[in-house]
Amino acid sequence: MKERFDAIVVGGGPAGCAAAYTLAKGGLAVLLVERGRFAGVKNMTGGVLYGPVLHDLIPEFWKEAPVERHVSRHVITFLSEKTSVSIDFNSAGLDQPLYDGFTVLRARFDRWFADKVEQAGGVVITGVRVDDLLWDGQRVVGIVAGGDRIPAEVVIAADGVNSVMAGKAGLGVKLSPENVNQGVKEVIKMRREVIEERFNVAGDGGAAMHFLGFCTRGVHGGGFLYTNKESLSLGVVVQLQALIENNLKSVELLEGFKAHPAVRELIKGGTTVEYSAHLVPAGGLRMVPRLYTDGLLVTGDAAALVLATGRALEGLNFALASGMAAAETVKLAKAKGDFSKETLSQYEKLLAESFVLRDLKKFEQSADFLENQRLYSLYPGLACSLAEKIFRVDGKPKKTVWQLAREEMKGKVSLWQLLRDGLAARRTI
Amino acid sequence: MSLMTIEQRLALNTYEVDTEPHIRLKEEICRQCERQSCLYVCPAECFKAREGKISFNHEGCLECGSCHISCSREAIEWSYPRGHFGVSYEYG
Repeated sequence: MKERFDAIVVGGGPAGCAAAYTLAKGGLAVLLVERGRFAGVKNMTGGVLYGPVLHDLIPEFWKEAPVERHVSRHVITFLSEKTSVSIDFNSAGLDQPLYDGFTVLRARFDRWFADKVEQAGGVVITGVRVDDLLWDGQRVVGIVAGGDRIPAEVVIAADGVNSVMAGKAGLGVKLSPENVNQGVKEVIKMRREVIEERFNVAGDGGAAMHFLGFCTRGVHGGGFLYTNKESLSLGVVVQLQALIENNLKSVELLEGFKAHPAVRELIKGGTTVEYSAHLVPAGGLRMVPRLYTDGLLVTGDAAALVLATGRALEGLNFALASGMAAAETVKLAKAKGDFSKETLSQYEKLLAESFVLRDLKKFEQSADFLENQRLYSLYPGLACSLAEKIFRVDGKPKKTVWQLAREEMKGKVSLWQLLRDGLAARRTI
Repeated sequence: MSLMTIEQRLALNTYEVDTEPHIRLKEEICRQCERQSCLYVCPAECFKAREGKISFNHEGCLECGSCHISCSREAIEWSYPRGHFGVSYEYG
């Protein structure tokens, strides 16, 4: 390679591709290095890319990107051992561009995105693991990969939750079983017509379903089911500490989730074609490390830029937006001819102005709220048993819903406790 | 759908297995470990306990990083597989 790179991006996920694409579009010499055989082959996600962030970068990306289905139906389901209660949201508005979100399969989606980087003029190398950073004193001046030393003005670490690059620069996230969730997922093949009929979606519409309660046997976590074109993405996300404390394996939770009456019928006849696992940072703002130093910027999961509120576990948009902000900062640094941390501090300013740090700040207390075991073990079960009392007609004199609710709560949770949890939820969901 | 063994699950994925493991255990520490979190947190069940001894097989590793984060005794020397090696997902 004769070319002298302005920037080297480590990692071909959404953060890295968004950064590299933005830089290549801006006319900078950028190298994207990905350790997998192709961008995306190491990656997995629950499966929904929400919102208009990518649309800002690649207008109407859904027309060319390998997205699966747009989300036209949202379902939240509370599970007890045998029963379930759901909130099912449908809106005709979700079927219109700009849409609400898309289910994606990352081995396909990320590969497309890396191809876009190449088309924009970036250099993409796959199948190469970056082993180290190149230093000039306190300043990062490139990478070491496959025995080669490749210099650059700046390195963008986009190498995911276990970021080796950020760690080498002393900017690594302090990962611990308390602030990390483990997701395991199956891709279940299913005929298109069966999906559309069973999930009550038409055309390219799809369902995003979230589950709380018995899917994790009441421990910190939840389940998900998303419809793709011709498959389902089904999995559970559980806090690592919850697995350790309860001697649980997430794959056992996954099997239990699949066997639950509310899920069993939805996946009937499908064939499992893939099993994958990944970690998600879930500690919120307090987990986010210093985001830059001389010659280095940290983006996406590598910087723990994930929003976990109990309403959502959203990382893709944070990865995309942070990658774009990193690239804008590098463009500014290039124009100034100065890649010192003083100039690169612009990155944090951009993130502080955007939803990335604003959302993380606003929901700063969510991580504590989500530690409340009652969210997983008590309330989903209460919702189910209360629904059973409300809907079953047993021929005896009827009680009001309020009386039934008080009966169900008796001995399980006090009204005071419920009120306190409700007030906490007001700030954090 | 019937239950699947972990071997059946891992057999669905494509692996290019390196001759050298990318994760190594400090066996003398593992031998004294009572917690053995690795047995629960590894989603590929790469860690096995036999007669009190923990062994690790890197072949089915899903490269998630759960083991080194969960090991309270820092007995796991962790890295990603070299470029090209390890698991490849078709869907992801």
